[in-house]
Order: sequence, then structure tokens, then C-alpha cells
Amino acid sequence: MELLEIKNISKSYASHKALSNVSMSIPKQSIFGLLGPNGAGKTTLIRIINQIIDPDEGSVLINGEKLNANHIKLIGYLPEERGLYKKMKVGEQLVYLGQLRGLSKKRAISQGKHWCKKLEIADWWSKKVEDLSKGMAQKIQFISTIMHEPELIILDEPFSGFDPINANLIKDEILEFKDRGATVIFSTHRMESVEQLCDHIAMIDNAEKILDGSKKEIKNTYKTNTYQVEHTGGIQLPEPLYEVHNNGISENDNALTSIRIKTNTRSNELLSELIKQTEVHSFVENIPSINDIFIAKVKGGLHE
Amino acid sequence: MNKIWLIIQREFLSRVKKKSFLIATLLVPLLFPTIIGGMIYFAMEQEKNAEQRTIQLLNNSAFLKFEDSSKYKYISVEGDVDLAKKAFNESDDFAFVYIPEIDLENPEGINFYSKSSPGITLISEFERNIERQIRDVKLLNSGLSQEVLDKLKTNVDINSFNIQDGEEKKSSSELISGIGYIMGMLIYIFLFVYGAQVMQGVIEEKNSKIIEVIVSTVKPFHLMMGKVIGVASVGLFQFLIWILLSTGISMGAAAYFGVSSGQQVMMTQAMNELPQEQQMNMKDINPDVQEVFNTISDIPILKITLLFIFYFLGGYLLYGALFAAIGSAVDTPADAQQFMFPIMLPIIIGLMGLFMFVFKDPNGAVSFWLSVIPFTSPIVMMGRVGFGVPAWEIALSMVLLVAGFVFTIWLAGRIYRVGILMHGTKVNYKVLAKWFMMKH
Repeated sequence: MELLEIKNISKSYASHKALSNVSMSIPKQSIFGLLGPNGAGKTTLIRIINQIIDPDEGSVLINGEKLNANHIKLIGYLPEERGLYKKMKVGEQLVYLGQLRGLSKKRAISQGKHWCKKLEIADWWSKKVEDLSKGMAQKIQFISTIMHEPELIILDEPFSGFDPINANLIKDEILEFKDRGATVIFSTHRMESVEQLCDHIAMIDNAEKILDGSKKEIKNTYKTNTYQVEHTGGIQLPEPLYEVHNNGISENDNALTSIRIKTNTRSNELLSELIKQTEVHSFVENIPSINDIFIAKVKGGLHE
Repeated sequence: MNKIWLIIQREFLSRVKKKSFLIATLLVPLLFPTIIGGMIYFAMEQEKNAEQRTIQLLNNSAFLKFEDSSKYKYISVEGDVDLAKKAFNESDDFAFVYIPEIDLENPEGINFYSKSSPGITLISEFERNIERQIRDVKLLNSGLSQEVLDKLKTNVDINSFNIQDGEEKKSSSELISGIGYIMGMLIYIFLFVYGAQVMQGVIEEKNSKIIEVIVSTVKPFHLMMGKVIGVASVGLFQFLIWILLSTGISMGAAAYFGVSSGQQVMMTQAMNELPQEQQMNMKDINPDVQEVFNTISDIPILKITLLFIFYFLGGYLLYGALFAAIGSAVDTPADAQQFMFPIMLPIIIGLMGLFMFVFKDPNGAVSFWLSVIPFTSPIVMMGRVGFGVPAWEIALSMVLLVAGFVFTIWLAGRIYRVGILMHGTKVNYKVLAKWFMMKH
């Protein structure tokens, strides 16, 4: 079941192309990582989903409907450039932002209070934003993003500028929202935060989508069938079947060797072969990190 | 629509709740009358307490005579001019005037010496005095009797009337131009103060980076209009308070001086019902009071107030949108300076036009054009209405003003929607033009 379908979107500004024929679909109740280097077009795509700007070509469907003003209340958006009205009180601000997302005033007040209590800033309800610490302001920004219980939460570089405690808090809340049925789009150029959270990934580079799919599939696709072995004693493997690299000595003075299986030999066969020749201390498959895939993909290295 | 209303509310409340709003709203109506009153008071005190200045007079002419007034006292000195000058220099007296034996046909050689610069009024007062005396002497010499001469002096007070729709109305240029002046000035001040507030507000949203959250929930155009209308309602609210306050104060003052407005109306009515002759008589008793009375009751206060509200809103919408566009294009108020000038220029032209053309010739060509061109009409038309403007001119001016603000709002909206999302761009007019053309 797809929550969001992005179809053949193009957008260009006077001087450059920001998005070129980008399509992707975002499954319901997933955490979807939108990856790409700075300036790749992530923010443009997010602004299109948020109806801040219109695409030149293509369309966006949410729950099968063409994106329109009624969908504003379904979406919660935490932009990369984020802030609050400094002179406004916390409570007033949350109620205002909640109402802009379509909550009634009464509901905005109760939701705002509920979340302030949950994130332990209830005492600050009638304080001005300018009196708040940065961490507290971040909590309020997060509350304003999710207080209307959106079906789709869009977070642009959510952890930049957040302190580790708040970052963890927000991770937990995101996962809780997902469990309750929400879909999260997560845009970042920092791959390590994606690794643990996301279950779907799309990569954008130079205005084009270069990769798209579930994290598991992508990783499997980019596996090279290479294993890292820690052992004592020499290894002799037949050249046409295996590619062997000596990687030096481990911390425990054991030899390290990486072995790539060139044919469709299974790992168990390799292992039983190794056991005959040497004492194996560890045997680990090299699974490429998203970062590796990303770098390889952008540089055009790794091939399927 | 619902969301524009939310934005208007926020803009209105966040400004009205500020202490500075309360202070400005309460102080301004007290401040201006206090300052003006204070100045009049001190001027009068100065007049009252002004020392009688002594002027030494070496008068060699047979017919010029000088009488002491409340301001000047004359002492006659005699002898040589140079010696008298020296003596004056050592005295504390204000001035020394030397009048030689003068020829009636060619009065020359009158010199005025003083230690400090005497001021133009004093010299011209002196000149007129001497001219009048010489004229009288000449008239006497030509055979007129003193009696005839006294009869020649008349005091003329011109009564000016406006004829409109077959009705005659007494006009009092001073009072009306005073009202026009105040209204024009008020609009001028309002345009700047509230225009700047809109700009500040936009820059604040951009700087605090809340803007992207807001425009993901409302269209940029709606946000801009909400802000512009919200600030306008603050202005109207303030104006309303001022009207109530000043009405309250003047009623209080009237009550204090023992004339209630009810009595005034009755008096005026009674006056109008009296037969012509008697009315004339009563006017003789106190013509000045009666005149001010009539003029005030002739000023169409409701009409002027409504026009003021219309021109304030129209002019404000026209300029407010442009101020919003500037705010959206820049990152700091300092960057805004370069774009302010072309916007301020027509406002200032309007004000200059008010002083230089409207008060001299309210129905002249320049006054007419300035009062129909939307960029200057809010200020200039307010200055003109008191003098009586044909209905079609007001209608034309209003239609053009509406067209004008629709145009500037459209123009500003196109720049605004792009500008608010741009950070750290170096902006010039070329960039603004590019944004304007950009598809969204």
C-alpha cells in the first residue's frame, strides 16, 4: 500500500535543473530515507510534497489523490531551516501552528499541552520562546510538527543542530508514530542516521534519482559476496573460484584475509574448505553500508 | 480563508498586546496637543514678559514721529551722529536709529544700528511705519484734510464663500487647510510607520526561519495578505482609539469651559432662525466666535473621516504590499535601505505636493494630478477634500487607487513568494525582476 506516489517530477530554476524526471513511491507505515549530497534536489522535492512550490511537470498522489490543500492537515513538516516566533509565548505559538495545520483551537490547546507534558516542558507553556534554551526550542519545533497527528511526517535533516539527547528522544517518538501507522520521510546527507532507522531508501544526486528500494534489497543487491576471515595458518584457494586478499594482521595477531566468491558457491562451502586448511577465529560477510553504496553510486564505482 | 483570518488575528494581537502599542496609542493624542499648547503658552508668556526695548533716536526730520509701543521705547538723542553712535555703543540700549533731514520725494539715509541682528520683522515694521507717515504727509500736502485722511482708513475682512450645488457655504481656508494638513500628515506618518512594520514582520519571519513551516500550511500570498491586513487593522484600531480619546478630551474640555455641544447646536439653530437683520446684529456682537462655530459645523466630519479611512487603507495596501516584498527579498533591515528609496520617493512627493501646490491652489492642475495618481493620491486628496472637490474627481481618484493597490499587491506577491525562501542571496533589481518572472 503506497501512501505517496511521486510521478515523473521535474523542476528547474532559471540557472539549473533541481529535479529531473524523478519518480518514487513511498509505502505506508515505512520510514523512508531520502538521501543525497547537498544541493542534489532533496529540499526541492520536499517543498513540492509540502505544496510550497509547484513542479514544472509530473504529479504527486497522496493516498491515490492528487495533492491539494486538504492534505495540509495530513502532513507534518520539520524543515531544515527551522525556527519559531521569538516574541510569542510557547503555548500561543503551538496553538497557532496547530490551527494552521487544521486543528480546532480547543484541540490545538489540548494536543499542545499533552505533548509539552510528554516531552517535559509543560512548565514553559506561558514563557516566551526567546527565553528558551536551544534544546527546548527544538522540542517545541518537533511538537509543532506532530501535534496534529499527521499521517505523513517529513523531517528534513532532523538531527542537524539537535543535541544527542533530543535526537534520541525524537528517534523514539518517530518509531512510536510509525508503529501507530504513520509514514515518515527522512531527508539527510548523513548516512549513518539512516542505517538504523530507515526501511526504505531513495537516493538523489544531481537532480536525478539514482537508487530506490527497501534497505534490505538494496544491501543485498550491492553485496559483493566478500567475506572477512580472521585465522591462524595459511590459506590456499583455487584462483578461478575465489579472489583472495591478504589484509594483514588483526589486533589479536591473527591473519586477516578477505575472500570474494566469484561463482555461486555458497558461504558454507567456503567455510568448510577453510576449516580444513586453517583455524578460523571469525567469519563475517562484508555487507556494504549505505554510506559505501552511496559513495560508490555517486562516484559510479560499484556495479550491479 | 479561515487561515488568513488566523494570520490576521496573530498579527493584530501580537502587536496590540505590546506595551509599546499601548504607550504610543495613549501618548500620541496627548503629546501633540500638549506640545502645541506648550508652544503657544510659551510664545504668549514671552510676548507678555518681553522687555520693552529701548531705541535711541537721532531724528533730524521734521515730520517723522515715533510713539512708544509695548515693545519699543524711544529716547531722543541729539548732536553729532558719530558721537551718538559711540554713546549708544556704551549704553545697554537695543538699537540706535539715525534719521537725517529727509527729502519727501527721495527719503534716503535712514540707518539702523544694533548690537545684535534685529530681525527682518523689526526692520520691515520700521519701514512700513515710515512709509505710512510719509504718505500721510504727502496726502496732507496735496490738500486733503485730516478728517478725510482718518476716514480713508478702513479695515477689510474678506468673507469667502464656496458655491456648490447652488448652496452657499462660508469657507474658512485656514481651518480647512489645517484639517487637510493634519489628515495628509497622518496618512503620511501611517504609511511609513505601518509600512515599516509590515517589512519588519516579514524580515523577522525570514530571519527566525519560521517562514518555511508557515508556507507549508498557507499560500505565501495569503500569508502576505494576512500580515498586511493584520497590520492595517492595528492602524485602524489605533486611529479609532485616537478619535474616541480626542472626542472625549474635547467634550471634557467643552464641559469644563461651560459649553456643551448640545448647547452649541441649539445656538447655531437659533441663529439661523433669526431674521437676517438680527442675525447680522448678533454677528456684530461676537463675529469671531460665531464664524468659527459656523465653519466647524459646516465641515463634513463624517465625510472626511470616511474618506480618511478609505485613503488610509488604499494607500496603505498599495505601499504595504511593496514593503512586504522588500522585506521578503532581504535578510536584514540594513539590506532593505537600497530598495526603500524608490518607494519613499512618491510618498515624499505627495507630501511636498501637499505643501507646495494644494494649499496655494487646491484645484490647480498639479493638485488635480497628484490627487488622482494612486501613489500620491492618499496624501494629496486628503489635503484637498476640505476645499471641496467635485464628486467625479474623488470617484476617479478612488477607482485608480483601488486599481493601483491591486496592481502593487499582485507585483509584490510574485516577488514575495520567491523571496521568503531565499537566504543569503545578494539581491538587486535584476534579481527581483527574475523572481517576478519566475514560475512557481
